[in-house]
Amino acid sequence: MIKKNIPKERRIILKYADDPGYSNKMNCYLKNGGYKMLKKAIKMKPDEIGEEVLKSGVRGRGGAGFPAGMKWKFLDRKSGKPIYLICNADESEPGTFKDRQIMYKDPHQLIEGMMIAAYAIQAKQAFIYIRAEFFEGARILEEAIAEAKAKKFCGDKILGSSYSCDLIVHRGAGAYICGEETGLIESLEGKRPNPRIKPPYFPAVLGLYQCPTIVNNVETLCNVKHIMQMGGEAFSKIGKPNNTGTRIWCVSGHVKKPGYYEFECGALTLGEMIYDICGGLLPGRTLKAVIPGGSSSKVLRADERFTGKLKDGTEFDWGIDDIPLDFDGPASVGSMSGSGGIIVMDDTVDMVEAMANINAFYAHESCGQCTPCREGSLWMRKITKRMCSGDARKEDADLLLSVANQIEGRTICAFGEAASWPTQSFIAKFRGEFQDKAKHGSSKPKLQLI
Amino acid sequence: MISNGKPSTINIILDGKEVEVPAGINLVEAAGIHGTEVPHYCYHPQLSVAGNCRMCLVEMGTPMRDRATGEAVLDENGIQKIGWVPKPVIGCGTNVSPGMHVKTKSSMVTESREGIMEFLLVNHPLDCPICDQAGECRLQEFATDYGRGYSRYVERKNVKPKRTKLGPRVTLDDERCILCSRCIRFCQEVVDDDVLGFVDRGSFSTLTCFPGKELSNNYSLNTVDLCPVGALTSTDFRFKMRVWFLKESPSICVESSAGSNILVSSREGKIHRITPRRNDSVNDSWMTDSGRVLYKKVSSDSRLLSASVSGNASSLTEAISAASEMFKDKKLGVVGSCKSSVEEQYLLNKLSKNLKAKKFLRGHFGKDDGILLSADRTPNLRGNLVTGFSNKYPSDQLSDLSISIQKKQVNALLVIGEDLSESGVDLEDLKSIPIVFLGTHQNATADFSDVVIPTLTSFEKSGSFINRSFRLQSFKQAIPGPVGLLPDLHVIASLINALCEDAEQSSDLASIWKQMSKSRTNPLHGLIFSKIPGDGLQLDGSKWNSLPFIEKKAMHFSPLKQLQKSKI
Ligand SMILES: Cc1cc2nc3c(=O)[nH]c(=O)nc-3n(C[C@H](O)[C@H](O)[C@H](O)COP(=O)(O)O)c2cc1C
Ligand code: SF4
Ligand code: SF4
Ligand code: SF4
Ligand code: FES
Repeated sequence: MIKKNIPKERRIILKYADDPGYSNKMNCYLKNGGYKMLKKAIKMKPDEIGEEVLKSGVRGRGGAGFPAGMKWKFLDRKSGKPIYLICNADESEPGTFKDRQIMYKDPHQLIEGMMIAAYAIQAKQAFIYIRAEFFEGARILEEAIAEAKAKKFCGDKILGSSYSCDLIVHRGAGAYICGEETGLIESLEGKRPNPRIKPPYFPAVLGLYQCPTIVNNVETLCNVKHIMQMGGEAFSKIGKPNNTGTRIWCVSGHVKKPGYYEFECGALTLGEMIYDICGGLLPGRTLKAVIPGGSSSKVLRADERFTGKLKDGTEFDWGIDDIPLDFDGPASVGSMSGSGGIIVMDDTVDMVEAMANINAFYAHESCGQCTPCREGSLWMRKITKRMCSGDARKEDADLLLSVANQIEGRTICAFGEAASWPTQSFIAKFRGEFQDKAKHGSSKPKLQLI
Repeated sequence: MISNGKPSTINIILDGKEVEVPAGINLVEAAGIHGTEVPHYCYHPQLSVAGNCRMCLVEMGTPMRDRATGEAVLDENGIQKIGWVPKPVIGCGTNVSPGMHVKTKSSMVTESREGIMEFLLVNHPLDCPICDQAGECRLQEFATDYGRGYSRYVERKNVKPKRTKLGPRVTLDDERCILCSRCIRFCQEVVDDDVLGFVDRGSFSTLTCFPGKELSNNYSLNTVDLCPVGALTSTDFRFKMRVWFLKESPSICVESSAGSNILVSSREGKIHRITPRRNDSVNDSWMTDSGRVLYKKVSSDSRLLSASVSGNASSLTEAISAASEMFKDKKLGVVGSCKSSVEEQYLLNKLSKNLKAKKFLRGHFGKDDGILLSADRTPNLRGNLVTGFSNKYPSDQLSDLSISIQKKQVNALLVIGEDLSESGVDLEDLKSIPIVFLGTHQNATADFSDVVIPTLTSFEKSGSFINRSFRLQSFKQAIPGPVGLLPDLHVIASLINALCEDAEQSSDLASIWKQMSKSRTNPLHGLIFSKIPGDGLQLDGSKWNSLPFIEKKAMHFSPLKQLQKSKI
């Protein structure tokens, strides 16, 4: 048997986080070279930093994977209105737990990245919008910001320059939709987090308080620091073209060693992640399905063959294990790398129950603003719940699919897709299980239907 | 949208046909102009765009241009390609642009509408037979027009609060609410009274008042009109009348000089409700709550129903001849009214001029709310100026009347509706002279008048008013007046004919307008009553710029002084 080369983690963002003795305190961060990049940045022209970020090709780590440098370019700088920077630390996508590691263990890295970004876009004020459940994270960040202020790394006249920018931690109140950037902005303004219609409310033009605003994920903003450190050009060499830098993958589910792992983009495949890095499945189990990018990404079946053409024209013919872990890999097999949350399911999973679980989440988290998502998400939840309670009907699979199709592409925000993609893919790939439920459904007590 | 006073237009391709539309409007409006309905719930032309119901989804594409060079991308026939958006877009939130292609009848659009309709109905009670909105319900209408016509829903429906009192006049059935947020936006944007909001989330979202607040502003009933379904109902009207029995007549609200356009809904001669009628130059689609109840006066206890002479009931003809007898060879004083119609004021002025009578006029004033309840609480003060009955701005007192009586300049009085005892006139002075009272309701003056001639309310006659912006607006009789009563015009014309030599005054509106519109110097010059447009006609009131009009800046209205100031 040939001994395989096990891919190695390349920790850039999480370089120190798990080192023994590394703390989230200022002196520890400074000892490890902290805030040097901010010192460098503040002497540069803001636009030069933007150019480096553009060159780096770094794509957003919040889910959509939009190039950060490009986003910054869209910023309306002529309006004369103040510009805001918001760090999206709402991390609520089921299966995702990477931003938390950064904020809890290395908050100064985020602050440094943010202040460089803030300076680059000439933000008047910066915010960290953190999910309600991270109360400890909020406390850590508050403390770190106080330390940074004392050392003039943020706040008034940063490092003695003429640039000032305050940094404020704002806690959410426990709603997933606050992770959607326009919902986040509404919430930050003190309102219900109803996502805004686009057009006209593109954050880069009409964001927080109707002013130009940049919203970036925690991991994205941390990358800004490293782009400063190595230069955009060098950063773009990490990973693969169009998939630059590292990514922190969060693996959960039925593997021996679930956890978060930072790798260069494309450095390993899904199979290597599951079997080499996470120690494989539990004894006696076989792989059934993987959700590769957080609960809203489309599920992949273990025995599927994926064929097609990559963007660069090369043809591929992959099994689930062969899918490269970067932005484009999961996307080219019809799913997405999303927020990096890899959920592994083995043969003990009842796919209808898994579906019911996901549907319950989206029905609970829909903001309720627009008709298809509001009514469709709850309807799907009611159907799958009924199916799991022994009252499945043979037409339910088709009905579920049809309801999901009636949501997708017709909503205000991408939550509509997030809520419908799971159903669409579960039905497409595990239709048999849904139909079997109808056959064997009556084993459990019947749900009372009125 | 409007430059050089001319609206600029562009061409779009609507369902394959090139059509011209005003630049800058959205697709719901653009299609509407060309007779294509784009069904919608949350969109309202006078509120901000929420884009939440998704009923207005259409297919849209724009002429393709190369991103880098900006040049048109052509197909093999040399025609510019259309870049269709792969998903449907909301018509209410998409503005027209030159060359835009829009499909409102494609299968994508049809399916989207079917889907939205189905979603709107899954948790809806669907108890139209016992719902007050039935007959004027968008949900019913669009379900029939755009829905699939059957249900695939077998789950339990959500349960929400019923019969919630949101305020003194509005009752909410949350189960019927489709969460379109029109009512919320109305309170925020039009009334500036932010009291409504949603609590809970997803399909459990529930409309409610903020803690400690209630929907009690004077515009609360507009939310009932706005509500596309039977969620918000008028506590006064609900469950009293099926709307399909109602006859609707266009009219004008008489509450104040704002002159809100209204619809009077009646059945068999009885008014059941008043609702606003859209006029984008006056009241948009709104009116006050207080204006909606004015119809109740039509059959109030104090309504004058029969003529009387010296306290004894008489016929109308007897009363009119008694009045003319009384005025013969007298120095007549005429107290006109800012509540009379333009035509009535014109005839009254004619009578006064012919008899060389002294004219008096009082105003009625209150607090201006800066929206649609103006400080001038009469519908037609400006009519008195235009018809020449008065050239002064009236005060709320008639003190000069007392003086005129004391100086014996006046020894008989014709009073139109006013209660002189409330107008600063000494009652002792009044007792000394004969008084003829024309009015709809009893008051202290009617009580001691020698002749009382009952007249008709604005709901029972036709005519016109001139509002605070000098906009001439006509109203049409909605219900018949009480048996035996005649329009005010008839009474005044009869007096003219009895008292003025060779007079042949007709009481017919068309002929009165012929006389009224003769003078070249009058703003009414050349106008014909039947040709006054449904949304009124702007008159030139600049002649009276110097008068101290009391109205504040309000909806579609700027005080003259303010205008002048801003010009300097
Ligand atoms: C329903 C929904 C939930 C989201 N939740 C998050 C989140 O928790 N954290 C996050 O960073 N981005 C989230 N996003 C993505 C954001 O809208 C936004 O794209 C992102 O924060 C931009 O940052 P990036 O460009 O750095 O990725 C969510 C998007 C949607 C549609
Ligand atoms: S798609 Fe869902 S979450 Fe997004 S605005 Fe609509 S109802 Fe709210
Ligand atoms: S709101 Fe409309 S559809 Fe609903 S019950 Fe009433 S009439 Fe029927
Ligand atoms: S009560 Fe009526 S107007 Fe208000 S949100 Fe509900 S459906 Fe819309
Ligand atoms: S009318 Fe356009 S979304 Fe409601």
